Amino acid sequence: MAATRRKKPNASKEELLAYYRDMLLIRRFEEKAGQLYGMGLIGGFCHLYIGQEAVVVGAEAAAKEGDQRITTYRDHGHMLACGMDPNGVMAELTGREGGYSRGKGGSMHMFSKEKEFYGGHGIVGANVPLGAGLAFANKYRENDNVTFTYFGDGAANQGQVYETFNMASLWKLPVIFIIENNQYAMGTSLKRASSSPALYTRGAAFGIEGEAVDGMDVLAVKEACLKAADLCRKGEGPYILEMNTYRYRGHSMSDPAKYRTREEVQKMRETRDPIEHVRELLTLGGDATDDELKAIDKEVRGIVNASADFAQESPEPALEELWTDVYA
Amino acid sequence: MPRMTMIEAIRDAHAIAMEDDPDVVVMGEDVGYFGGVFRCTAGLQKRFGPSRCFDTPISELGIVGTAVGMAAYGLKPVVEIQFADYMYPGYDQIVSEAARLRYRSAGEFTCPLVIRMPTGGGIFGGQTHSQSPEALFTHVAGLKTVVPSNPSDAKGLLLAAIADPDPVIFLEPKRLYNGPFDGHFDRPSVAWNRIEAGEVAEGRYEIPLGKARVVREGADATLLAYGTMVHVALAAVEESGADVEVIDLRTLLPLDLETVTASVAKTGRCIVLHEATLTSGFGAEVAALVQAECFYALEAPILRVAGWDTPYPHAQEWDYFPGPARVARAIQTVMEG
Repeated sequence: MAATRRKKPNASKEELLAYYRDMLLIRRFEEKAGQLYGMGLIGGFCHLYIGQEAVVVGAEAAAKEGDQRITTYRDHGHMLACGMDPNGVMAELTGREGGYSRGKGGSMHMFSKEKEFYGGHGIVGANVPLGAGLAFANKYRENDNVTFTYFGDGAANQGQVYETFNMASLWKLPVIFIIENNQYAMGTSLKRASSSPALYTRGAAFGIEGEAVDGMDVLAVKEACLKAADLCRKGEGPYILEMNTYRYRGHSMSDPAKYRTREEVQKMRETRDPIEHVRELLTLGGDATDDELKAIDKEVRGIVNASADFAQESPEPALEELWTDVYA
Repeated sequence: MPRMTMIEAIRDAHAIAMEDDPDVVVMGEDVGYFGGVFRCTAGLQKRFGPSRCFDTPISELGIVGTAVGMAAYGLKPVVEIQFADYMYPGYDQIVSEAARLRYRSAGEFTCPLVIRMPTGGGIFGGQTHSQSPEALFTHVAGLKTVVPSNPSDAKGLLLAAIADPDPVIFLEPKRLYNGPFDGHFDRPSVAWNRIEAGEVAEGRYEIPLGKARVVREGADATLLAYGTMVHVALAAVEESGADVEVIDLRTLLPLDLETVTASVAKTGRCIVLHEATLTSGFGAEVAALVQAECFYALEAPILRVAGWDTPYPHAQEWDYFPGPARVARAIQTVMEG
């Protein structure tokens, strides 16, 4: 069944095709990561982003050169969306020399100075003050960069988030706090963990404005992020965006997701899928042909397969690597 | 040469670092307008402006986390945690982020951050204003831990810490801020700027991290100390009459094991001192290293003199504090061994 949102998109065909491709890349990449995990090629933790693709792709569409991004442990999508090399991401998942952190970080801990990607942080909420610090540095350097600081509905209950809100607002830092509300903090639903589930209002006590956004609609995400980024660039930050989204898979690979019904997930997939949404915008208007979309599917599969090959062919890190990068 | 208190020397180091490098910023509770609870940052905001030296809310976790982000982007934050005892809320950021950023990004990002905190007892601060938590930092790979014992070292070590590309925990023995303290709490204290030991060279100089200093040469035994206990050690040696070598470790991690083992190989006897509680304290680490390196040179078991395994007391501070009498007894024991 088709997505329910039907309005003429405020975006060009090229733009929509780009979103379609970027979201599809994340989904196929994550599916492949799940497969490799099942085959025992990825060990430890692996948190898939499937279902949430519109959030990061929409946000990246609002970013400009020099903006930074920092996120939590569900980070593969963020890295792909900001242009990091899928080979390097997949090879970090398999713990190989060719991985972004040469196997030292794993799924939750990857970085790229080139793409201004500041991780990949495994402690829930711990990346949030870092995001404010990056924004502080922007202000100190007097550039007009904005820091996209992502965290989840679970992290929204961490104390350090509120210490950060206070400082970010006090110092008017150019930071967008993007709360990816995927409804579940591991297995605890929002209403079982949060006294006030309207997370976008959580900055009110600190004078930070916020709004709720349909996080399954890449265009809505982009629009909201553009507005927030614009405010931040004008010195009117910080800003909170609560992205209402949904993760289709379990919290991690070991999570059978028994805290929700199969029907709930199925309904979300059928009615609100972010990729199907863009596909419909592209095809219903007659703008894009099946062939064009198939060509993208093919390109994406090629990239993902190549990353999986690379992640298996790349050598394991040398033993000496254990001891490097502890200190300068 | 000018004489300074340790407070003035630390202030001087801040000013030099800020003058030399516009990326150095000083932040913490009350460090700006007020000038720091112990006045270590007094005048910096006025001189360098509120963007270079600024007050933060009372949010240690947020302060350290924000500073880590700033450091990752290339600034050099110097953070003051008002008392080492207030560090615990920020410990997650120190351990999980500051210490590990370099490793988990395979060197892509670093964290050139200094976290200063007044440490130790001797001021009747009770259990939340007297602790010595150095072992909680030396246990964490990725951190360096420094404890100066006099104004000149404090300045040179702090400048080296700020220049260091990795996160450095800088523990300032608060009982030494205004003058040396040898544990004789019933005697009048002398200010650093009244004695030769308070001389501090002008301008920039750095004392490299990881270098200990032989404070007093001796042949019979080696006393290893840092911070306030350096002064206690010297007093105890004086009173015991033995010819004991006293080494100020200055940096706990990286530890100058070479200087330590050269001394113990010479004397054959070793005592490690610290104010912090005994069990799992830094002395245990030093003792293990010394016995492994100097086993065949040892004439007696290595002893530790440390705080008792209790919370830091209030009224009974001087029963807890490992003063010169306890150290002198240990010297006697090790000499008999």
